[in-house]
Amino acid sequence: MLESSWLIPLLPLLAFGTIVFFTNRNPRLSSYISIGAVCASFALSVPVLFEVLQNPVASEFKFTWIDLKGFTIQMGILIDPLTAVMLMVVTIVSMLVHIYSVGYMAGDPRFSRYFSFLSLFTFAMLGLVLSNNFFEIFIFWELVGLTSYLLIGFWFEKKVAADAGKKAFITTRTGDLGFLVGIFLLVSAAGTFNFQHIFHQIEAGHIPAGILTISAILIFAGAVGKSAQFPLHVWLPDAMEGPTPVSALIHAATMVAAGVYLVARAMSVYAASSSAALIVAIIGAFTAFLAASIGLVQNDIKRVLAYSTISQLGYMMLALGLGGLTAGTFHLMTHAYFKALLFLGAGSVIHAMHTNDIWEMGGLFPKMRITAITFIIASLSISGIFPLSGFWSKDEIFAVASGYPHPIFLIVAVLVAFMTSFYMFRLCFVTFFGKPRDQHKFEHAHESPRVMTIPLMILAFLSIFAGWVGIPWLHKGYSSFVFFHHPHHAEPKIWLMLISTVVALSGIGLAYLIYYKGAISADKIKRKFAFPYKVLFNKYYFDELYSAIIIKPIIGLANLLFKFDLGIIDWLVNAFGNFCVFLSEVKEWFDSHIVDGGVNGLGWIFKKSGSYLRKIQTGDLSNYILIIFFGILLIIIFKIGL
Amino acid sequence: MNYSLLLPEIFLLLWTLFIFVLDFFWDKSKTHSLGWLSLLGLGITAGLLFGSGKGNLFGNMFLSDGFSFYFKLVFLSAAFLAILSSIDFVKKIDKYRGEYFGLILLSTLGMMFLCSAGELITLYIALELTTIPLFVLAAYLKSDSRSAEAGIKYVILGAISSAILIYGISIIYGLTGATDLALIQFSLASQHLKFGALGPALIFGIIFFIAGFGFKLALVPFHVWAPDVYQGAPTPITAFLSVASKGAGLAAFVRIFFVSFNVFQPDWVMIIAVLASLGMILGNIVALMQTNIKRMLAYSSIAQIGYILIGVVAFSWRGISSLSFYMFAYLFANMGAFIGAITFSNVTGSDEIKDYAGLSRKSPGLALCMTVFLLSLVGIPPLAGFVGKYYIFASAIERGHIGIVIIAILTSVIALYYYVGVVREMYFRKSEKEFSFSIPFSLKLALFICVIGVLLAGLFPTPFIDAATQAAQVFYYW
Repeated sequence: MLESSWLIPLLPLLAFGTIVFFTNRNPRLSSYISIGAVCASFALSVPVLFEVLQNPVASEFKFTWIDLKGFTIQMGILIDPLTAVMLMVVTIVSMLVHIYSVGYMAGDPRFSRYFSFLSLFTFAMLGLVLSNNFFEIFIFWELVGLTSYLLIGFWFEKKVAADAGKKAFITTRTGDLGFLVGIFLLVSAAGTFNFQHIFHQIEAGHIPAGILTISAILIFAGAVGKSAQFPLHVWLPDAMEGPTPVSALIHAATMVAAGVYLVARAMSVYAASSSAALIVAIIGAFTAFLAASIGLVQNDIKRVLAYSTISQLGYMMLALGLGGLTAGTFHLMTHAYFKALLFLGAGSVIHAMHTNDIWEMGGLFPKMRITAITFIIASLSISGIFPLSGFWSKDEIFAVASGYPHPIFLIVAVLVAFMTSFYMFRLCFVTFFGKPRDQHKFEHAHESPRVMTIPLMILAFLSIFAGWVGIPWLHKGYSSFVFFHHPHHAEPKIWLMLISTVVALSGIGLAYLIYYKGAISADKIKRKFAFPYKVLFNKYYFDELYSAIIIKPIIGLANLLFKFDLGIIDWLVNAFGNFCVFLSEVKEWFDSHIVDGGVNGLGWIFKKSGSYLRKIQTGDLSNYILIIFFGILLIIIFKIGL
Repeated sequence: MNYSLLLPEIFLLLWTLFIFVLDFFWDKSKTHSLGWLSLLGLGITAGLLFGSGKGNLFGNMFLSDGFSFYFKLVFLSAAFLAILSSIDFVKKIDKYRGEYFGLILLSTLGMMFLCSAGELITLYIALELTTIPLFVLAAYLKSDSRSAEAGIKYVILGAISSAILIYGISIIYGLTGATDLALIQFSLASQHLKFGALGPALIFGIIFFIAGFGFKLALVPFHVWAPDVYQGAPTPITAFLSVASKGAGLAAFVRIFFVSFNVFQPDWVMIIAVLASLGMILGNIVALMQTNIKRMLAYSSIAQIGYILIGVVAFSWRGISSLSFYMFAYLFANMGAFIGAITFSNVTGSDEIKDYAGLSRKSPGLALCMTVFLLSLVGIPPLAGFVGKYYIFASAIERGHIGIVIIAILTSVIALYYYVGVVREMYFRKSEKEFSFSIPFSLKLALFICVIGVLLAGLFPTPFIDAATQAAQVFYYW
């Protein structure tokens, strides 16, 4: 069964090809092909999971792609528990998003193209999690980046969408440059691209510590870009310009988690370099706090969720940096389900209200019961309320953080948990409760069609129960499945669970008081803390900062270089080109006049009887013969003369 | 005597006669369908080839080894593509459609003997068997003066080059008393002589060989026939000439020079290096000025043989391996480009490059295929041509021949200009004329096979390189 798992990514690729080349004129058929392919991938992933559950070891299947005697590049798949978990996450979320999109994108003029992109993305993401070496993972890494770009800018008539796509692509590419250099460094030291070979060499201590640390940090740069960590987090909120199902699939559940997956996959590298690991933890914690604080004051429903995603990814990085492979990947899994649900729920609301601004919504609960209930379940889950999924995975992260000698990481984690439950319930209360704020839009609101609500219900189910595989008292639970060296997770601590619950409930309570009861006036707080509010509302001015210190100088330099190019380089190139053309003309002239004419020694007669070869056929042939004999003669003279 | 070594050749001969005979009885209006039968025959021959063993027959007259096996596959593939692309084309000819296919098969048979020949007389006869049907085929469009002109030029120049070659054979026979390639080597080596010490005779002999094969290879300065014949001959025949006929000459050339004359390697390698460089320079620069796609491809193929001969200059097993691989990559890309030109001229009746303007909108599939072939000929990754060039340059650098590689790379830059010039016409120019493109199945199939070949050998070169290395191991004893 495992041998044929290369089919899992291949099917969506075939769907992509089929849609692009054959069925793009038939939107309905295109969507069926795309959905069929991802369902088949899911069906093939399930037995992989069971097989790995029974026998949790790594199996590898590979073939040589390019063999240049001494330098070989192999392609292949690596299946271990981490891969199996990622396969489930990617295929399930992707499948549900595919189905949901049929409703959400109905009537779009580029419906087929949308589904072909979704299939291409699914192929790339599955290829990424199945890769067995750095070369291959980089190919798929860039491919998911490309599909992300294509889908963010899917409605490219809107300038903001096109700009957002460009921003996402360029920002993540900045990190990828580091990733690529990191790979080269590590591979040049290890002599192979293969994950397992590299990790064995690291564990055997064959790779110098300095190289290891530098390459670990550079590889992390790639993860920082993809997972929108500080300082490359600026692209993700803008990426919300894409269709909402895309935000759910790519910019919440799967692609942005690729950075976390990469760090988890390269855990051996970070385990061997404590300073690199600490950097991962610090960046993760800082990002979690930064993004959560921005999320407190945003008014666009999708942007709040985007900052929430950045913050939760920071959580995962924090856990991984502190050596918590189980905690980080476990949270990756539960987060994928409840965050996908939040985005799809938001999509359902946007679909009904035709606005993203939460202050134009309100009182939607009776009108959209399924959307509202599932959205609240997801909010409870992300806030970490017992016994939903999010509770168990967040608890796991707290446990890891509490294991660090200094309490700073735990304090940050608890603060972020508080802010998370607050901003999530701010969204819930403002959107679904209270009085409708825009009567006109409210009247037109309606529950979304079945094709959209059923995926919501399935995801709600997963948001509640998916985390139960990681209940710390289970003997054969998640932590003994995805492990690193030894089954490993921190001891369950009852007091931590209590703190976590109290913090989450107080966040919800505060949101309740402010946005439901109105007992505390939001405006008063806003006025009292005018400066911090303004800073948060403007996202700490990161965009402005980057624009001033990076983008403007670069554009200035580019303009300068452009002028240099135009004035000097182009002139040189043109001059050289003209020179070549001139040479070629000389050669042509030489060929048709001197060579042919000179050979028979009667060049002037030849010229007179016509300068074009074709016009004098008999003369031509004898010329040819003369050229041959003259050539032989020259070679002989040349050879004997020497 | 193990006659089963000859089975593919015997079968192909019988099948060719079968086609000729069948032509008498076939409904005259449907004789183009004999093409499909010819394809079947080529397929069966290839099957028999895979089944036949290794060894030699009639002393060393007929060698069946890895090298001949590899090149026979190249010839059979080229013949397959040439016939496939002719099926639609022969409908234009009023008479003798069946013979057209029979003659291609006959020439292929000659090539198969040529790359298996281990003795000079066999080799010469095989060469004639290869060339004479091609003379006829070049002039097949009798009513077209261009085609007639191509035929007559080809015959006369071919006859002269044969005369030169046979003069060379007689000199070598006079010096060594042998026609067997291995015996010639033994005889020359046992006399412990330097190149010039046998007097001018040996020099004359070897240079006559170079001239004789240089004609087949369209090697400068023996290339003069090529542009006129390539332009005038029916396009499928031009494609066949540019790939299979060159490959056959190359195979025989490599066998003679790497076996019989390997003692004098430093002397003749120098000549080949100079001629190959001249080919790359002249072919590419003159191609720059062409306006007719067939003539452009003719000059480009004069340049391409220069690149292929770099593998000979390297004079190592890797050199032969790389030129064999390059031949394979060149087979699909060059045949493909010619088949694209056939398809285009079938619809529009034109071979002018400027008429390709706007093709990407009228027939996106054809434009894309042409682009793939042309870019592979330039050597752009990830296509077969890139791997071929990389491998052949690497083999030469390994042996220290940096100069010729620099020339090759510089002329490749010039080549980029005229190949991409066609792409520019197809994609960035607006067309003036309107055509409705309907491409017959046989041509679609041929284009498809070529695209797959170019992509496959570019993306997964390892099995092809392994096969080429096996072919090279025949000479791998120094």
